[in-house]
Amino acid sequence: MSDHPATQSLLFGRLTLDALPLHEPILVATFAVVALGGIALLALLTRYRLWGYLWTEWFTSVDHKRIGIMYMVLGLVMLLRGFADAIMMRLQQAMAFGGSEGYLNAHHYDQIFTAHGVIMIFFVAMPLVTGLMNYVVPLQIGARDVSFPFLNNFSFWMTAGGAAVVMMSLFVGEFARTGWLAYPPLSGIAYSPDPGVDYYIWALQVAGVGTLLSGVNLVCTIVKMRAPGMAMMKMPIFTWTALCTNVLIVAAFPVLTAVLALLSLDRYLGTNFFTNDFGGNPMMYVNLIWIWGHPEVYILILPAFGIFSEVASTFSGKRLFGYSSMVYATVVITILSYLVWLHHFFTMGSGASVNSFFGITTMIISIPTGAKIFNWLFTMYRGRIRFELPMMWTVAFMLIFVIGGMTGVLLAVPPADFVLHNSLFLVAHFHNVIIGGVLFGLFAGLNYWFPKAFGFRLDPFWGKMSFWFWVLGFFFAFMPLYVLGLMGVTRRLRVFDDPSLQIWFVIAGFGAVLILLGIVAMLVQIFVSIRRREALRDPTGDPWDGRTLEWATASPPPAYNFAFTPVVHDGDAWWDMKRRGYQRPTEGFRPIHMPRNTGAGVVLAGLSTVLAVALVWYIWWLAALCFAGLIATAIIHSFNYHRDFHIPVDEVVAAEDARTRLLAARS
Amino acid sequence: MDTTVATIDRTVFHLEEEHGHAEGGSTMLGFWIYLMSDCLIFAVLFATYGVLGGNYAAGPAPKDLFELPLVALNTAMLLFSSITYGFAMLAMQEGRRAATQAWLAVTGLFGLAFLGIELYEFAHLIHIGATPQRSAFLSSFFTLVGTHGLHVTFGIVWLVTLMVQVARHGLIPANRRRLMCLSMFWHFLDVIWIGVFTFVYLMGMLR
Amino acid sequence: MSTDAQAAHGAAAHDDGHTHGTRRSYLIGFGLSVVLTAIPFWLVMTGALGSQQATALTIMGFAVVQIVVHMIYFLHMTSRSEGGWSMLALIFTLILVLITLTGSLWVMYHLNTNMMPPHDMSGMR
Repeated sequence: MSDHPATQSLLFGRLTLDALPLHEPILVATFAVVALGGIALLALLTRYRLWGYLWTEWFTSVDHKRIGIMYMVLGLVMLLRGFADAIMMRLQQAMAFGGSEGYLNAHHYDQIFTAHGVIMIFFVAMPLVTGLMNYVVPLQIGARDVSFPFLNNFSFWMTAGGAAVVMMSLFVGEFARTGWLAYPPLSGIAYSPDPGVDYYIWALQVAGVGTLLSGVNLVCTIVKMRAPGMAMMKMPIFTWTALCTNVLIVAAFPVLTAVLALLSLDRYLGTNFFTNDFGGNPMMYVNLIWIWGHPEVYILILPAFGIFSEVASTFSGKRLFGYSSMVYATVVITILSYLVWLHHFFTMGSGASVNSFFGITTMIISIPTGAKIFNWLFTMYRGRIRFELPMMWTVAFMLIFVIGGMTGVLLAVPPADFVLHNSLFLVAHFHNVIIGGVLFGLFAGLNYWFPKAFGFRLDPFWGKMSFWFWVLGFFFAFMPLYVLGLMGVTRRLRVFDDPSLQIWFVIAGFGAVLILLGIVAMLVQIFVSIRRREALRDPTGDPWDGRTLEWATASPPPAYNFAFTPVVHDGDAWWDMKRRGYQRPTEGFRPIHMPRNTGAGVVLAGLSTVLAVALVWYIWWLAALCFAGLIATAIIHSFNYHRDFHIPVDEVVAAEDARTRLLAARS
Repeated sequence: MDTTVATIDRTVFHLEEEHGHAEGGSTMLGFWIYLMSDCLIFAVLFATYGVLGGNYAAGPAPKDLFELPLVALNTAMLLFSSITYGFAMLAMQEGRRAATQAWLAVTGLFGLAFLGIELYEFAHLIHIGATPQRSAFLSSFFTLVGTHGLHVTFGIVWLVTLMVQVARHGLIPANRRRLMCLSMFWHFLDVIWIGVFTFVYLMGMLR
Repeated sequence: MSTDAQAAHGAAAHDDGHTHGTRRSYLIGFGLSVVLTAIPFWLVMTGALGSQQATALTIMGFAVVQIVVHMIYFLHMTSRSEGGWSMLALIFTLILVLITLTGSLWVMYHLNTNMMPPHDMSGMR
């Protein structure tokens, strides 16, 4: 560690007052707003005595539904941060022409594009995807909870801890200036001696543990906890995609963990994995991180495919067209996603044989994806389509995703990639598939399952406002980038010389403003819906005439999900039950065995987060203390053998009778 | 309670009885899946060693460093610890608590011996200047072998914890399940070690 | 995924689904692994096969066999445990390990040959 600056104190490591960005007015103002907002929030929570409630009912909860909702809240909050970064970049690029330097200096701008990518993938898309899977999958398979409820809580807090570390880098020190995958040698200690890359590494490591464990958890849940009768080929399609996604998580995230660990060894211990000398090879990092990186893309998109399948089938009033081909397509994509990673670095020079292999596998992967698009179209064909919000997002997805998919196939051709690599064409492509695919899927899912989680629908008017702003904003923001990319503009540039390009950046900036309105409209939608919840109330638990088991229980579902474990006879289990005269049982209830809440997850994740920060700032004593604390807490927790309890039968009867009265009052 | 699907009446839509997903019924599978993810961490480390292992940067090569008799001794320690853990599991199945504890203790000692030899080897290498910083080959060697050693260390901590828990509560189902998980972990590390001694040490001597 | 295999799930969820070893199986496994460890060490330490390439291939073969032995006798891996899921997970993982290892080696080998100027190659070491 000899090459680290000498200005280290024993107590605070390399953390000094200089780490506070007092010289950056933008950051100071942001900090003031965040601090005021935070203080106001804390004051309100204290004023209304919500701390105890939040702690016992939410933070320590092992209920998959509560954890799912917490994931969603985390993802939406981080979306605001990630989008703030996006619109700042758009503004900078629209301004910095004709000798103007724009309003962001290079040091700040580079952090912003790195933070934008990291936050959007790891702390927006991942929490939202995991949150939906957590909420919906146990309900869809007729289970009471996930296989490992405590781990589920722990996983959430690890993800939140990683997000906290990234947010902290905004106000203490700085974030990485390397781009979202932090390629060495730029991210090595020689070229990035500041704590930015360390923030990046440890935020992802902390969150990565959470992601991996929640992956193991959901795989086990789907494999082991399905209701009787639910054979694999009778699983709802969203559960299928969730299974494949979590298999991918379990198989891909260890690669990320390992490669980031190697990078941190380079940075902390001076090893030579990815350095330029002593035999190190930076290209090995690129190779390894994309072995994780490409499956990650499918981790995000597969659940979205599942959501679209559920929505298309429900709102067309038809069984999903080609269920088994959909399952096979999903499984094929899962496996093929491991065979395409090199298409992210065709230009690195592996030569014709390697490039053509990976180009061809990449083109092959578009076949199952195309099959899915046709399945959705045929599901809608001659159906009674109801254009509710989830269906609108689905149709928009099909239009936009096809464009993104086709530009993807263009990029899969190695010679074309040599022209387009690292250009704005690529940026437009992946925003096209991630916004048009993943994000629209998540919004469809949000509108679709919100009534299940809270018992009332989301307001359709503001939902439509949000929808149109997002869709139009998307086209305005990203179509110009395709044009610019074809003209040869590379990504991550801060200032431009050629004035003829400016108009395209202005259009893209206008698109970003439209998207901003879309986000605002979505927040208004949630707010208005809460205000109008009585008018939007759904007493039935089945507002959309749904087909799968989650619609069989109350909205919001009781803690135990189902008073009796359902028995499944058909792929569309709830549809089948409704068609064949299912009568909801009103007596004969029994006590229900459930896991007990615990604070151990919060403590473990809290210690991990502090450990991460201590490592970022070289505060070795604190790191050692936290590590010892982690081991000790884990061991002490393992001595707790009383992890479950029975919900007394009176409580079950009370909850079920209340629902019986509600349903009776309606009819 | 075993309601096999084939016999289910098409008009039955729910189970009257509590559908007992036996407590901890997913633990073994869950732990196995976790081990599979761990296996991929090792795959990355092996791949890194495979790619960078020949980059000596004009420093020492495997032939200059490795002492096969020591590695053979180390391998023997791990193999012995495997069979003794197996005996612990057999004792556990027969419900003999004292024997289980004794075999676990022996396993832990073999594990410690393994770690001791490995640390001796590392200390020796660092002493003669073959440090992890010296070359990409040594970086990847130390990381691969060290990560395995770190796993063994955690395995021993876990083993001691379990011995205390068995002493306190006996061979209750929860403890049996934990012992079975550790069994998988321990034997899994053995499998990784087969890869290490073959690809790192033996093949290194052939280069 | 045959539906029959899945249909058995209802029952499989209840028994614990793992197989246990016997003293005999553990001893067989131990004996085999001792032999399978000793031979590669002996081959390398004595150079009995003469050719390095032959030795390398042989000890790799021994490693694969020994891994299978450990899987069967120590980890009690059968196609029946956990309703086949642990075997499926293992096979899937092995495929990915293979892809990661061979893919990385292949990609990096080509990168090195293409990106390293030839005169450097001859001049090194």
